[in-house]
Amino acid sequence: MRYIPNTDADRQAMVEVMGLTAIEELFDGIPEALRCAGPLKIPKALSEQEVLRHMRTLAGRNANVEDYAAFLGAGAYHHFIPSIVPVLTSRGEFMTAYTPYQPEMAQGTLQAVYEYQTLICQLTDMEVANASLYDGSTGVAEAVLMARRLTQRGDVLISEAVHPEYRAVLRTYVQNFGMQVYEVPVDETGQTPLSQVKRELSPRTACVVIQSPNFFGVIEDLTGFAEVLHHDKVLLVQVVAEPVSLGLLKPPGAWGADIVVGEGQAFGNALTYGGPYLGFFATRDQYVRQMPGRLVGETADAEGRRGYVLTLSTREQHIRREKATSNICTNEGLCALAATIHLCTLGKVGLRRLAELNLQRATYARQQLAASPGCRVLFTGPTFNEFVLETPELASGIIRQLSTQRLIPGIDLGRFYPERSHQLLMCVTEMNSRDEIDRLCSALSAAVRAS
Amino acid sequence: MEFPAGLRYTKEHEWIRVEGNQAYVGITDYAQQELGDVVYVELPEAEGAVRYMEPFGVVESVKAVSDLFSPVTGAVKQVNEELFNRPELVNSDPYGQGWMLLVEISDPSQLDALMTAEQYEAYLRQAKEG
Repeated sequence: MRYIPNTDADRQAMVEVMGLTAIEELFDGIPEALRCAGPLKIPKALSEQEVLRHMRTLAGRNANVEDYAAFLGAGAYHHFIPSIVPVLTSRGEFMTAYTPYQPEMAQGTLQAVYEYQTLICQLTDMEVANASLYDGSTGVAEAVLMARRLTQRGDVLISEAVHPEYRAVLRTYVQNFGMQVYEVPVDETGQTPLSQVKRELSPRTACVVIQSPNFFGVIEDLTGFAEVLHHDKVLLVQVVAEPVSLGLLKPPGAWGADIVVGEGQAFGNALTYGGPYLGFFATRDQYVRQMPGRLVGETADAEGRRGYVLTLSTREQHIRREKATSNICTNEGLCALAATIHLCTLGKVGLRRLAELNLQRATYARQQLAASPGCRVLFTGPTFNEFVLETPELASGIIRQLSTQRLIPGIDLGRFYPERSHQLLMCVTEMNSRDEIDRLCSALSAAVRAS
Repeated sequence: MEFPAGLRYTKEHEWIRVEGNQAYVGITDYAQQELGDVVYVELPEAEGAVRYMEPFGVVESVKAVSDLFSPVTGAVKQVNEELFNRPELVNSDPYGQGWMLLVEISDPSQLDALMTAEQYEAYLRQAKEG
């Protein structure tokens, strides 16, 4: 296939229009010594069949969750994706649809997004959700900027147990807004204590950001948070990195959260390396004018029939320019669609069962692993499908050892918190069988005993 | 179009009506007509402050969004909360029920820089011709 549609004659004609004799004359400004002489040293072209074989060989060098027993979470979760998800999302009408500016041409896409927004509201117990953002991390940054607009204040309190990458992205977003980011440590339960948050509050605090279950897998106790914060007109931003947990846990809306953001990958989206993932964003009706991102609304056409349109677009960049609520002018349409189909397939009861299964498997693993020599479950707070195991050896060494047995026991917390180099963050989902968990326990015990 | 004589006007099409050391602020008949049907008005908090010719809020119509500029510096005494539910009052009664702010004026001399009705009408004529 040719990717440059111009023929030699086309190019010659263009060169002549410019009053030149050869294309090379265009590069006269670059000194001779810096120019590449002769043909590029690249291997000769491969056939399609050869390319596929080559790529497969390269891909085979990666570890993956099909061939390994992996206990990795930390913001990216291995869940079963029913076949209906890829079958429906790969339909041409969805796969190739562009931004639905023309509602008369895009009712299917718009309706799917509207259903997605409805599901996110039901899941989080909030009043309005946007059509999605890039991922959980940018969702956190957008939530903080929205809190800044609403409160006209410039400081943020964020729990140290919010995903470290989310915090890093937040710092990148706000560094040139003159905003100060203060981190609140967790206590021995692994929870962010309200007493500590209270001490850190100031008249400049715009919002408090808490993730639950947090990065250590611990479910936060948000009793009293909203009351304390709202008393001082501070907003509560709740982050959910593992939304399957909402099948069982009290939803953020019921805790009194003002803005809820999270990562939607867990629903119907595969563990692709680096994305695309799916940021969800929900808030209260009263704040909708300051919400970033696309929003689809339901309306009626001239004949009274139900229809869907992009709405409240005046918040957005293509109308508001530099005063828009955000520079985001897109959404993760296909990822949101996958989440929508997955959630609809699960249904209310299915989601609850999925969450229970995760809790049961993780609880079993947690109990078994706590019995490994020299190991203990670090935090005393309740957990969902992730927990931190303190190990007698460096976590990185244990991971290296176990990977030779096609086991990935978790993530080395030292990567994000240098003082936690003897801690493994482990995740157990419905994809980890009991056999796998037992194999992990004996391999871990052997590894710890041997060293 | 109507431009009451007792008011002062800004180049951004706001009016101000002074009553003692306080003043009402809104947008002009011309502004509401240019905007078309107003669907939303965003105003500052009742205890907030506004500054001379800096944005204090936003008015949104079916075809445009515009910032609102304060004709004076001062403390906000009251905002017209009726506009949150009935933004169309800005269209139907721009100098009356469509008022936006009640401000305590910090520096009355700022009023001298604003236009009279006559000057404002001339300004509009000039803008139209220009």
